Amino acid sequence: MKTICFYFQIHQPFRLKRYRFFDIGNDHYYYDDFSNESILQGVAERSFLPANKLLLEMIEANKGKLKVSFSISGVALDQLEMHAPEVLDSFRQLAKTDCVEFLAETYAHSLSSLKDAEEFKSQVELHSKRIESLFGKKPKVFRNTELIYSDEIGQMVAEMGYKTIITEGAKHILGWKSPNFVYQSAVNPHVKLLLKNSKLSDDISFRFSNHGWDGYPLTADKFIDWIKSIPENEQLVNLFMNYETFGNMQPRETGIFDFLKALPKFAEQKGITFSTPSEVAAKLKPVEALPVPYPISWADEERDVSAWLGNALQQEAFNKIYSQADRVRKTKNRLLMQDWLYLQTSDHFFYMSTKRSSDGALHQHFSPYESPFEAFTNYMNVVSDFCKRVDAQYPSSVGNEELHSLLTTIENQELTIQKLECEIKQLKSKPVKPKAAPKK
Amino acid sequence: MRALMFGWEFPPHILGGLGTASYGLTRGMSLQPDMDIVFVIPKPYGDEDQSFLKITGAGNTPIVWRDPSYETVKNRMGAVMDPQEYFELRNHIYADFSYMHVNDLGCIEFSGRYPDNLLEEINNYSICAGVIARREPFDVIHSHDWLTYPAGIHAKNVSGKPLVIHVHATDFDRSRGQVNPQVYSIEKNGMDHADHIICVSNLTRDTVINKYHQHPDKVTTVHNAVEPVSATVEAIKPIRCGDKVVTFLGRITMQKGPEYFVEAAAKVLAKTKNVRFVMAGSGDMMEAMIQLAAKRGISDRFHFPGFMKGNQVYEMLKSSDVYIMPSVSEPFGISPLEAMQVGVPTIISKQSGCAEILDFAIKTDYWDIDAMADAVYSIISYPAMYEFLRDEGKKEVDEIKWEYAGQKVRDIYNRVCGR
Repeated sequence: MKTICFYFQIHQPFRLKRYRFFDIGNDHYYYDDFSNESILQGVAERSFLPANKLLLEMIEANKGKLKVSFSISGVALDQLEMHAPEVLDSFRQLAKTDCVEFLAETYAHSLSSLKDAEEFKSQVELHSKRIESLFGKKPKVFRNTELIYSDEIGQMVAEMGYKTIITEGAKHILGWKSPNFVYQSAVNPHVKLLLKNSKLSDDISFRFSNHGWDGYPLTADKFIDWIKSIPENEQLVNLFMNYETFGNMQPRETGIFDFLKALPKFAEQKGITFSTPSEVAAKLKPVEALPVPYPISWADEERDVSAWLGNALQQEAFNKIYSQADRVRKTKNRLLMQDWLYLQTSDHFFYMSTKRSSDGALHQHFSPYESPFEAFTNYMNVVSDFCKRVDAQYPSSVGNEELHSLLTTIENQELTIQKLECEIKQLKSKPVKPKAAPKK
Repeated sequence: MRALMFGWEFPPHILGGLGTASYGLTRGMSLQPDMDIVFVIPKPYGDEDQSFLKITGAGNTPIVWRDPSYETVKNRMGAVMDPQEYFELRNHIYADFSYMHVNDLGCIEFSGRYPDNLLEEINNYSICAGVIARREPFDVIHSHDWLTYPAGIHAKNVSGKPLVIHVHATDFDRSRGQVNPQVYSIEKNGMDHADHIICVSNLTRDTVINKYHQHPDKVTTVHNAVEPVSATVEAIKPIRCGDKVVTFLGRITMQKGPEYFVEAAAKVLAKTKNVRFVMAGSGDMMEAMIQLAAKRGISDRFHFPGFMKGNQVYEMLKSSDVYIMPSVSEPFGISPLEAMQVGVPTIISKQSGCAEILDFAIKTDYWDIDAMADAVYSIISYPAMYEFLRDEGKKEVDEIKWEYAGQKVRDIYNRVCGR
């Protein structure tokens, strides 16, 4: 009895506008509204809306047998709300079917798990609340930005109460082992790991319309046959991919929607079911622990974090933005807090990659910039302005601890004033006793 | 394989990039064991490095029969060439040029520069080429730039050997489109007669195909390279003045886009103060640039040290934090490679040929002064950017070698010679 676990990622960053250094200190709006809106609406129209519609039909037609899961980043939710609210409506409809699970991740689709545990936890919490308020369900399964995972991250996630984590079935971690089992974290045996089956996932998301690939054309029955031919004891096939695979990365003309539509029928014929990650975690027992000392991800040939932090430019930009973390967390300025989130999005670092060959081409394909240097310069200019704003709130000449005690004093001051005011009120409201007449 | 090359400049007496490229290419080719090169220039000075090729001066080639003694010839041109060579060449005078203005040895005097009567010098050079082509045995003719195309054609007609011309620049680059018809006709004629055309970049190749109407099959790009830095250059110590230094180095002419540099400097200086701008070189736009800098109110931080040569160039480069080449149209542009060799982060215009082979340099449009100013600011303000470009840029440029370019040229020789 085999089961397919589908998980789709939905994410769109807030791309930055061309921000020149002479804007530093003068212009505090950083985003390229036009391209963000047009890209999001384009993707929604080509991919999210038709794919959601199809999934809804399929779930109804298969009477609850088809199950999928989504991870929608907070920044993507913000953008959908602004530019394509109809997509959120269709997700709400999907949520009502009970065949769809929504996963937890960092709100900003950030790399905070690699740098700042406090920030990481607060972002996951923020995202979880947002998902719950939108779809009425609290996420139970965690997946990190771009499936980044290490033992350390696993432990942090476990401490937040998540029992299942989704990540990449990276070859250098698995070795001879198969991704088609449930594993457990090496540091916390209560945490289950679901690993992406890279071969079969990428067959759909990257190779589906590749005429040069020997699997072309990929049909639903052929694909189900491949799954069927996996050894009997390997019961789980994790197909994790970008939701934009449907309609955007693989355009409608390639027949990707028909492929998806036909999958449940052939799966049923071969006795293959569909499950959500939670169901998988409940049903299957982990076979063994999987130690991951260094972070892995699903990006690039290396399957590590070099796509975002592979060169000196990326590391500098990354360190620069996180140098502001302590200060920003103290602020109550909502605009500052929002920019703080949007600037942490991993895509900004992805654009700065100087890798070459096919991975480099992929970075370049997604990048709104002409070169990694332009990406770095633009981002650093924005961050410079951001730092100035943070500095205006809390001057950098004041140390963190001093600042903290000052803030406490100010807060306490308010409390004291409140208390005193209350007292005054009370005293005033008390009837004044007439003074006793002086005795003579 | 013996090549007869026609050039106009050869180090150490150079006026522009042509001499540097000629030297680098011939040196790179000389590493091929079976390659002999005779390099003809108008006026050798005697201090050229002849260890890997033979240099013949057009100005030392007799075209009218005179009968000087061996001693006279030795006294007059012994520093430049073997006196016996003079007599050998004299045996190959092919027509009566006694109406020409020649000296007592029967030779034409060349300035070896780019004088006002340049077209006359080109013609004279071609006459001398006829004598040399009859004297020297060779398999292929290679002409560097339009000045020597007529000589190449002449040599081809005399010998019947294939002609390869090397386009280091076209008049479209030099004039921003205002082409001189005489120059164009010489260039076009050279290309039409050539068996193969080598261009220094795809940018130039496109110009040759589209503006000179050459068949694409006949035109190949061989990107220039750069000589490794010498020990003396390596030893030069940078001079630091406490401020960041942004340098422009080259002829201050329309082609090089100096005004965009001044405008970008004004933008940067409006925001930061700890930076100085240097425009080294000379040219017909220098005065206009001095005035422009004054008009923008940045003269206190914008410097014009004048024309530089030899080690001065490297002294300037090494003392710089940013090198910038905003050329409007640059067939190749070796100077950014030289800057990167000594670890200076480099900004180049996308309209430069060298942009085609450089990954670790910042590229902007020459007219986009905002982008240029931004790139300058980024390098001087963000240490990671500076260090990354310094280290990766040097690594990259150290792999761009004349040896490889020479091999590509050799492949073309083999093809046109049918080997």
